[in-house]
Amino acid sequence: MSDAPLAALRDVRKTYFMGAVQVDALRGVDIAFHRGEYVSIMGPSGCGKSTLLNVLGCLDRPSAGAYFLDGEDVAGLTDDDLSEIRGGRLGFVFQSYNLIQQLSVLENIVVPLYYQGVSERRAHAIGAELAERVGLSDRLRHRPFELSGGQQQRVAIARALVNDPLLILADEPTGNLDSKSGAEIMQLFDDLHGQGKTIIMVTHDASIGARSDRTVRLRDGVVEEDTRNERVA
Amino acid sequence: MSALPSARQLYRALTPARLKRTVQLGFKSLWVHRLRSLLTVLGIVFGVCSVIAMLAVGEGASYEAQEQIRRLGSTNIILQSLKPLEDESISREQSHVLEYGLTYKDMTRIAASIPGIRLMMPGRIIQTFVWNGPYRVDAEIMGTLPFFPEIRGLRLASGRFFSDIETETAANVCILGAAAAERLFPIDAPVGRSVRIGSDYYRVVGVIEAESAASMGGATASGNGAGDARQAVARPRVYIPLGAAKARFGEVLMKRSAGSFEAERVQLHEATVQVASVEDVEETARIIGDILRETHKKRDYAVIVPLELLRQAEQTKRIFNVVLGAIAAISLLVGGIGIMNIMLASVTERTREIGIRRALGARKRDITVQFLVETVILSGAGGIIGVALGVVIPFLITVFAGMQTIITPWAPLVAFSISGLVGVVFGIYPARRAANMDPVEALRHE
Ligand SMILES: Nc1ncnc2c1ncn2[C@@H]1O[C@H](COP(=O)(O)OP(=O)(O)OP(=O)(O)O)[C@@H](O)[C@H]1O
Ligand SMILES: [Mg+2]
Repeated sequence: MSDAPLAALRDVRKTYFMGAVQVDALRGVDIAFHRGEYVSIMGPSGCGKSTLLNVLGCLDRPSAGAYFLDGEDVAGLTDDDLSEIRGGRLGFVFQSYNLIQQLSVLENIVVPLYYQGVSERRAHAIGAELAERVGLSDRLRHRPFELSGGQQQRVAIARALVNDPLLILADEPTGNLDSKSGAEIMQLFDDLHGQGKTIIMVTHDASIGARSDRTVRLRDGVVEEDTRNERVA
Repeated sequence: MSALPSARQLYRALTPARLKRTVQLGFKSLWVHRLRSLLTVLGIVFGVCSVIAMLAVGEGASYEAQEQIRRLGSTNIILQSLKPLEDESISREQSHVLEYGLTYKDMTRIAASIPGIRLMMPGRIIQTFVWNGPYRVDAEIMGTLPFFPEIRGLRLASGRFFSDIETETAANVCILGAAAAERLFPIDAPVGRSVRIGSDYYRVVGVIEAESAASMGGATASGNGAGDARQAVARPRVYIPLGAAKARFGEVLMKRSAGSFEAERVQLHEATVQVASVEDVEETARIIGDILRETHKKRDYAVIVPLELLRQAEQTKRIFNVVLGAIAAISLLVGGIGIMNIMLASVTERTREIGIRRALGARKRDITVQFLVETVILSGAGGIIGVALGVVIPFLITVFAGMQTIITPWAPLVAFSISGLVGVVFGIYPARRAANMDPVEALRHE
């Protein structure tokens, strides 16, 4: 592991304004993530986990504070630059899969490559390989609604891997799944971690949290606890 | 940061390969809501198709009218005898001889007063039967002078027109109009044969060429004098020397009409005055009008100036085109609003998709282009279908209604380009709205 953090937040704050009401979702988060780490983020509902993940994923900008991704200050970047980062260096996995319904499994997997300007041919080759890796080679032409939840989430994971990202961000990836498919998905993440991928995952499930290297507990928009876990198995 | 891509950015965002994929994606997304897309397209289809069809009909009608007028000659002034409005007293008296119209004296007076006149060609029209053995045709016998075809832009299909000498000697020769020739001589060539008009036989020396289908099928009303001229063209005609007409038929004509005979004394039914140049036409027509007004107590004549009619026809066409343009603009506007409406609904419906695409690396302009391409596909498809229908419908109108239609090549082109433009103009707002969505908000959208 290199010493320079892959992602570092300095006193990051995020404030939402709903009319006159002000919601402080993040109130001064200082945290750093390193290459190859598998981090779980836990905490009660509404404590700001998703907000933190959105900031890390360059989907949202902090209201105050600084975010360095791979050594670069995100605050100075344009909207196009952020898109570029999301499409080129980050991978997202969402609780509700977020597949595009009118596209096939293969087409869904390669959407990030499309915006990276990768040729369709090459993209499809990469996509097919990743589909195989998540065990969906026989479903390439299927549409998302023809798949089970677990299968859909595997498509989403393949999609998150298609650009060989620096950082994989997952927001409750097993939240919508039964325990069996959830376990399969977690196995996939474990494998990715084993291959050296950096993963930051929001979860409510303590047993899932225990599988990660490190657990960050949030409460009311601040880091309450940051612990290293003994590696399971 | 702008959601509207510059030309260069657009080019970068849309290399041919990418454009192809974006278009494929557009089709795929539109295909999800096939019926909705189809209904949306219909607005543009009807707009484009009605514009082309209406233009074609209008163009055809005005071409027909202008052709008719042009045949009358732009340096000509045509004088016609008109039967004055009937009094009660006249119509009750059965043996009354109605006297009206242009006289030989009028012609002399006009020729004497206006030096610029080049040709003056009086004509008499007698309505009677022409026979060739068993074949009979109810024709207009036109007594005229040798240069009639030249002035009226008529061409001979065969034979010749009668000569000066034949006019002077009132020779019994005739030239058949195309319609008359066809009915009197359905099998053999008419030139050299004889036909009977009244009790006299006339040798056929020529046949006038059939007029183009355009002017034969004419059913469009264009008001005033042109209408009369058109009617005259449509009726079978036979031309004989003016002298012969005078000598054989006299000046009193009996007309058969329901239950009674009506007699008319008309010296000249028609006269054509040709002036040297187009500039002189209107002034000469005015002077002729003054001269005739002095001697005619009733308005039993008409002065028709083809040039004026032509101008009127052109003016009418201009107005017609402006009205058409307005209708076209309105229908395409309505079509465009329809497309915009659907695209706005589609953007809202696909908020989640937009959020996903943004999270996966789509820039604002990628989203803009995606939705813009969809709108242009819709309007472009509408344009293509509209052009196809717009070309077929005038054809059907010509075949089934017998109306002349003309599709000028620029009409489909312009209509199609405008439909594409409508797609871009009305697509920009929805596409911008899609591109400017906040990715996080869009992802949270249900
Ligand atoms: N777009 C927004 N507008 C207003 N308030 C928001 C917005 N997004 C989040 N919040 C508020 O910020 C706080 C943190 O929200 P966040 O979604 O990060 O919570 P969370 O920890 O992910 O919760 P959960 O476990 O239920 O997903 C909450 O109080 C939420 O209501
Ligand atoms: Mg959350």
